Parts: sequence; structure tokens; C-alpha cells
Amino acid sequence: MASVLEIQNLQVSYRSREGILSSALAGVSFDLMPGEIIGVLGESGSGKSTLAVSLVRLLPRNGEIIRGAVHFEGQDLLRATPDELQQIRGRCISLIFQEPSLALHPTLRAGEQVRQVLAAHSAPGKSALNERTRQVFAQLFPEDADRISRSYPHQLSGGQRQRVLIAQAIACGPSVVIADEPTASLDSATQMELLAVFRTLRERMGLAMIFITHNPALLSGFADRVLVLYGGQVVECGPAATVLASPRHPYTKALFQSIPAIFEERGSGRKTKLPVILGDSARSSLPRGGCPFEPRCTERMSVCREREPSLVNLSASHEVSCFKYES
Amino acid sequence: MRFRVSSMKVEASAGSQNMPPLLKVENLVKCYARRSLVGRGEELLALNGVSFTVFPGTTLAVVGESGSGKSTLASCLACLESPTAGNIWFEGKDIVKVEERVRRQLRPQIQLIFQDPASSLNPRWSVLEILLEPLILRRKFTREEMKQCASSLLERVGLSPDFVERPPTELSGGQRQRLAIARALALQPKLLILDEALSALDCSVQAQIANLLRELQSSLGMTYLFITHDLAMAVYLADEIAVMSRGRIVELGSAEQILDQPQHETTRQLLRALPRMTRALPAPEQ
Repeated sequence: MASVLEIQNLQVSYRSREGILSSALAGVSFDLMPGEIIGVLGESGSGKSTLAVSLVRLLPRNGEIIRGAVHFEGQDLLRATPDELQQIRGRCISLIFQEPSLALHPTLRAGEQVRQVLAAHSAPGKSALNERTRQVFAQLFPEDADRISRSYPHQLSGGQRQRVLIAQAIACGPSVVIADEPTASLDSATQMELLAVFRTLRERMGLAMIFITHNPALLSGFADRVLVLYGGQVVECGPAATVLASPRHPYTKALFQSIPAIFEERGSGRKTKLPVILGDSARSSLPRGGCPFEPRCTERMSVCREREPSLVNLSASHEVSCFKYES
Repeated sequence: MRFRVSSMKVEASAGSQNMPPLLKVENLVKCYARRSLVGRGEELLALNGVSFTVFPGTTLAVVGESGSGKSTLASCLACLESPTAGNIWFEGKDIVKVEERVRRQLRPQIQLIFQDPASSLNPRWSVLEILLEPLILRRKFTREEMKQCASSLLERVGLSPDFVERPPTELSGGQRQRLAIARALALQPKLLILDEALSALDCSVQAQIANLLRELQSSLGMTYLFITHDLAMAVYLADEIAVMSRGRIVELGSAEQILDQPQHETTRQLLRALPRMTRALPAPEQ
């Protein structure tokens, strides 16, 4: 099957006020298959939000795409003209942001905000537009679509607002949705609800998704594949079940261990210290030779300092960037 | 000796039920009036008869979904809101009824830490200024004492003294939350209210801060009220867990009890909603 989105060696840097370039993404490559959900896992500073916005070229002014390619339907988005991009964003590829209270206009009704997205991409006449808006709302709010559509954002709960954002994102029937921490500000019950919504949409519309999060537990049972970012590089990538159950990269392992596991190991474990990843991610993003995780890694070897590891295939679909697995 | 921050040592005494309770909340009610332009408006019962007791050196976690009244409870305990009815006994004094002069003496002993350290620290101040503010407001210390105190506070929470001149915007999320904890410790409080203090942080950083809180509890004998929607972290940090729903505590028990024999439907729901690394998600809704 041909991939719907193909990212090749994407490198993005930010220019500071003094004109110094600092790298945020250092050569990221992966494919997204139609209808596939990829979970991108990373902590703050790993480049995961940069990845979300650079795929549709919405980087802030000081962000620069150094090299790479993003192929969508045979077209390289990084070389598309602004007009072409405008046609693709929202209609073919849409973006969902973290903070639903900031992403919605405070003085427009929810229905109007979705209608405007539709109007920007098609001109079917007023009644057809209203009908389509109604359909989109009915899909996301089976119970009280009309009331929600007439409400202002401040009258809605966090979960409802996030659903309105999803409505905007899927209104034009895109084939790819990029969601940047869409559930981070919500409580766990609402989080699970939204994950179920995403899965339903995937079944119904064949949506492919890039789901960005810092919480590995959310991806279990949800994502098809997991891509772990650290310091702007892919350190591990593989089927979700494999990566979540038996992570291979030292960073992924340490990350999973730092989550309190209340159901797995109980009793004596409860009052002991949580294993942590020593050090701070902010510092390890400084330009340096060698593996980006080396300063915090507990399994480091002398070679880790000397050069960068490359991705090693553990199986046909599971890749890890660590010298431990190089033969 | 005024600063006992680094020298104060209390035996870790989890569940020291022989001591008198540090905090005793009785039948707390908080009612918000929602005014509408026409008509009488409606009343919203954010807290509807909440009662619990916290013993010194222990942690009570308050868990519940958004809108269950957790944060209103925090505001009432920190004297940021005055409850509509009920009593809050702190070290035997009712901070609801007590006169303002006495309340001012009690307030520094209860400190609050918020969810988002980015918005609870002044970005234009240096780390030192942030740490000194509570001390300056007390007007009891000399400049030299304050500086000394600031550096011992930083050391306590595991921040390098090199940070003192920098603004908090140059710190990472975890470092900022450490700074917020240091500021809260400046006046040697007895009770720390942590209102979703870990929720905005990355998983690996959450673990670091959770360990720091544990450490401070055993070295300083701190008492925590840990407000969260993350049941897993609540079980990890707390001795007792109170489950809130619609302004009421619907279940209260030891962390093990809540986990092994959840009685109330809300608790079961929270347990079900907990994302687990090894569990498949329920089938998508039809």
C-alpha cells in the first residue's frame, strides 16, 4: 500500500535573535499509511510540536526548514506555493492544537466556527453549508448537536471544546489529521472519551493520524505505531504493541519506568522511589557530537560520545537508534 | 536560629494517628451564585458538605473529574475563598471563624502550589526575587539571613545556586515547579496544597517531582493535600485518598482500599479511565 504522507530527513532549526541557529529536528523520516494512527512520543524540547507545524509549514517566523521533504499525494509540501498549501491545509491535512480554549474564537458560536472552515474550502451555497455543518456536529455530538452548535466556547466544557476543534479539523474530510497533545489539559475520563472519538473517526472516514503526546499510556490500545522522539531525532519506532510492551532504546525504557504502575507491581513497590531519568532534557538539546541521550543514559558506552548512532532494524518494522543493537 | 529549613528534621511518621490532626474539615459548603440578567439566577453548590481529617506528616489525595469541586476545596483551605458554611480546623483553630489578625498568622503555614509553574511565577523577576518575596513580606529577616535562606531553599529542592540571577523563563518546566515548591517552603509551612501540581509536566519530570515531594515529606515532616485527576499518581504519593464527585466526598479510604475494593461508582469509573500500558482500549463507541 502506498503511504499517504512520507517524511524524509526533515531538518528544522530556530534562529535566535542573535542569529544563531539551533536545531529542533535533526533528520526525521517516517511514512504514514492510509488509516494509520502513529503516536509520536516525546518530552518537552524533543521537537514533537515542531514536527506537527512543520509538516504543513506553519512554523513561527524564526523557524527554518533546513532540508528534507514531505510528500503528500505526489507533491512535496515543503516546495509547494503558498496558494497550493492553503488548499491542502484544512482540506487534506488538518491540525488540532493542545489548548482548546485558545484555539477557538471566544465570541463566535461553535457552529459558526466550523461553518467558516467549510466555507473557506468550498462554496456550495448557504443552505448546503448549514446542512454540512449540522452533519459534522451530529457526528461528534450524537446527543445534543444543536445546542452545542449554538453555544459559545465559554459555555462548553473542556472535552466539548476539544470536540469542536475535532469538528473543525474533520469538516472538509481530510485524509490526515495531526493532533498536538489534544488531550493534555483534560481529565483522564475525558481523555479516554476523545481517544474513542478518534478511533471512531478513523473507522468511518479512514483518517490517518499523527497523534503527538508525552504520555505513553495514552497510546496503548490506541496507536498502531509508536515513534519516540528525543532531541529532535527518532530514537525508536515500531508497532505500538511491541514498543510499549518491550521498549528497546534506553530512553524509552527509562521513560516507561518513570510512570507509577499501580496495577502491575504492587505491594512493596508502592512506597519506593520512582525510577527517574537523571538530568534535564533542555540541556541535552545543545549541539554536540554523539547520541543525544548519552548524557542521561545509564547504559552509555564510549562510542556513544564519539558519533551518532543510526537506526538499526530489530525486525522488519521495529527500528532503534542505539549502539547496543549495532552488530 | 531562624532558618531551620535545612536543619529541621522530623521523624517520618506516616499515619501518626496518635497526634492531633493538623487539618480537620467539617461539613464544608461553598455555594457560588450564578447571576443572570433576568430572573433569580441559580446557585451552584461547588462543595456540598465535605468533611475529612489530615494527620501531620501524611498525604491525603483528593481525586475527581474536572468540575467535582477539588480546586474550590483548595481555595477554601488556603483562605482564598471563604466557605458558605462549615469549619476548617487547622491546628485546633477554626480558620473560617477566627479573626483576621489570627488568620494572618495561620495563613503562611498553609501554602499552595499550582498546576502551571509558567503562569504562577513572575517572568520579570529573578529566581532570587521570587524566593525572597514571601520573606520580605514577613519583615522579620535581615538581608543576609534572607540570602542564606534562599540558597538553602534552592539546595533543598535540587536546584543549582547558579540560577538565582536568572528569570524563571530560562528554567525548564520541572525546574520551575521545583522553584514554586521552594517558594512555598520559604515560610516553613506545615501544610502544602498541591493543586494538580504534576499534571502539566512531562512523565519523566513528574516522577522527579514526585520523588522530591516524598523526600521533603520524610525530611521536613511535611503534610500534603494532593489534588489531582491522576489516580495512579495519587496511589503512589498518598496514604489516604478521597474521591470527589459533584461537591461531595463519595469515598474515602487508604490508597490500597480504594484500589482493591472501590465502593463507589465514581471511583470505579476513575479506575476504568486510567490509561494502562498493558491494557487495550474499550471498543470505539458506535
